[in-house]
Amino acid sequence: MTHAKPNLYTFAGGLALKGHKTLSNQRPIAQLPIPPQLVIPIQEHIGQITEPVVKVGDEVYKGQLLARTTGKISSPIHASSSGEIIAIEHHPVPHPSGLQAQCIIIATDGKDQWLTPPRYQSDYLNKSTPQLLQKIADAGIVGMGGAGFPASVKLSPKQSIDTLILNGAECEPYITCDDLLMQTHAQDIMLGTEIIMQILGAKQCFIGIEDNKPKAIEAMQHALKPLGKNNIEVVVIPSYYPTGGEKQLIRVLTGQSIPSKAIPAEFGMLCHNVATAYAIYHAIAYQQPLISRIVTVTGSAIQQPQNIDVLIGTTIDDLVQACATDPANIPHLIMGGPMMGYSLKHIATPIIKTSNCVLALEQALSPPAMPCIRCGQCADVCPVQLLPQQLYWYAHAKDMDKIQNYALFDCIECGCCSYVCPSRIPLIQYFRYAKQEIWAQEKEQQKSDHARQRHQAREARLARQKAEREQARAKKKQALKKSADNQSDDPKKAAIAAALERVKQKKAKQTTSTDE
Amino acid sequence: MLTAIISLTGLALVFGLLLGFASKIFAVEEDPVVDKIDAILPQTQCGQCGFGGCRPYAEAIANNKANINQCPPGGEATIMQLSDLLGVDPLPLNEEHGQHQEKRVAIIDEQTCIGCTRCIQVCPVDAILGTAKHMHTVITEECTGCDLCVPACPIENCILMIPVQSDIYNWKWKAPNDAR
Repeated sequence: MTHAKPNLYTFAGGLALKGHKTLSNQRPIAQLPIPPQLVIPIQEHIGQITEPVVKVGDEVYKGQLLARTTGKISSPIHASSSGEIIAIEHHPVPHPSGLQAQCIIIATDGKDQWLTPPRYQSDYLNKSTPQLLQKIADAGIVGMGGAGFPASVKLSPKQSIDTLILNGAECEPYITCDDLLMQTHAQDIMLGTEIIMQILGAKQCFIGIEDNKPKAIEAMQHALKPLGKNNIEVVVIPSYYPTGGEKQLIRVLTGQSIPSKAIPAEFGMLCHNVATAYAIYHAIAYQQPLISRIVTVTGSAIQQPQNIDVLIGTTIDDLVQACATDPANIPHLIMGGPMMGYSLKHIATPIIKTSNCVLALEQALSPPAMPCIRCGQCADVCPVQLLPQQLYWYAHAKDMDKIQNYALFDCIECGCCSYVCPSRIPLIQYFRYAKQEIWAQEKEQQKSDHARQRHQAREARLARQKAEREQARAKKKQALKKSADNQSDDPKKAAIAAALERVKQKKAKQTTSTDE
Repeated sequence: MLTAIISLTGLALVFGLLLGFASKIFAVEEDPVVDKIDAILPQTQCGQCGFGGCRPYAEAIANNKANINQCPPGGEATIMQLSDLLGVDPLPLNEEHGQHQEKRVAIIDEQTCIGCTRCIQVCPVDAILGTAKHMHTVITEECTGCDLCVPACPIENCILMIPVQSDIYNWKWKAPNDAR
């Protein structure tokens, strides 16, 4: 039941990294007082943007719907605390560009009053699958491990799923939020896992946890015992980066390699993060929307690194202050971990559903790049077995056709290649650039095709109008010619002649009468 | 000797007929090169290349009457694609035809517009809405940024070309080698 899986597999490449985990995982999860202001972006997920259903001046309660979905792949947004909406405007959001996007800003009233307080329902599993999925969708749950794909969509795959993979690997250095979540809320995660398995009809579940989290492993194994399920297994896996990648974790746990362009569901497998399972349990059993998450605040510039249970929309300066650090004293701020995160330009950026870590460092991680010496170390560590060196050449030369022949889109942006590069070439930056450039070019192509259609439609319309005008002119000309030919028969001319005749007669009459 | 000649001629005839029919029946309808060139061009219909639009320019390139470097809106990317397609060496953009600029869109100042409909008549993609003596407006989504409405407008500062705003949806990572 709860033993280490006898045969684990390995994937190509990867790195054994220094964890820096004890920096933040030695303290219990801290609670933050309700911040005076919450900044809640209306898009916190992959997919269509949401549409606000509140307006400035509205009083909102905790858990109240703020913005509703606009499409199938979308996820609603809820108020994290009670208060008044003071603005719906552009504000810096967690994004590598540092640009602003639409946010709903709540001035909290400190009462933290729920719209409907979460209430435990003991028969929560006694529902049909569509009902459970609807509850998950309504609670605004998105994948909390990274990209933020709406959970209800991911939980309704076309293929039948027999293996659920629960991701508790948390392989990136510094980040410990899942570790602490598993230590403190193992039971809720297990119950969430049960719900997911029921929805999917999965026959078995592997929960993969790296061996650098002994407390979390113990807590999860302890929580599993009373359930009495022998198809759920807590598997201790070696600490090796990037084991937490979806395809890498599946490979380690099951030996199955998911090929390029395929998704795990095609192999009867589905992967979810432990934090998502926790949120799903609370959505189903307590009807609680996703309005808070655990965030690791760590790094050399933080005085008291720790994990904090944070309301969605809390800004990072509030978090940093709660860690006994002056927000003005942070030279380099990163959202996410050191390998896959991105620099933040504004400290007033809010925490969103997918924010797992705020990393504050005393110095930036990017020394100047030197020329590539073709050592090939990047290819050795690539967990997807790409050739980063070739990709780099083509990205550098902006050859977007050739770079796709080298499977650019299989790159998971784990950062191993950049990390080992002796010339410190920012390889991941090149790959991110190339991916977005290709997407942008595709979009441009669609737009120009559309413009061509409109142009052709216009040309056709102009040609048609010209033809119609010419036709009308020709018709008129013909009619005139016809009338000239048989003038005598023309009733109009006859009428005019008759009128003239009448006038003449009248005049003649008048002259005779005046003579008299 | 004779049998050899007859049999070889016979074989040649049979295969010749077979191939002839096959080429008719299984003929692959391929895009003429003009369509392929036209598909690469950005379809702004701006005429900066010196031709009446993207299609006429594509025809000129196909007939060797124009170089591949006369399209400022397409810039380097278009030149690279054309050189790949046609198997010719890429050339730097011919600056006589203009400079590659960031994508822009037209905006009509509603206070200034007199409702003359001249811009509507020149817009190659019907992206301007309005009628005589009523204010006109640009459908931003459809505007290709061709600039043709600007000289057509009789009022100063009525139509402005503004660069497309960068937001989190259209923002792109920069190439690291461009930054340095």
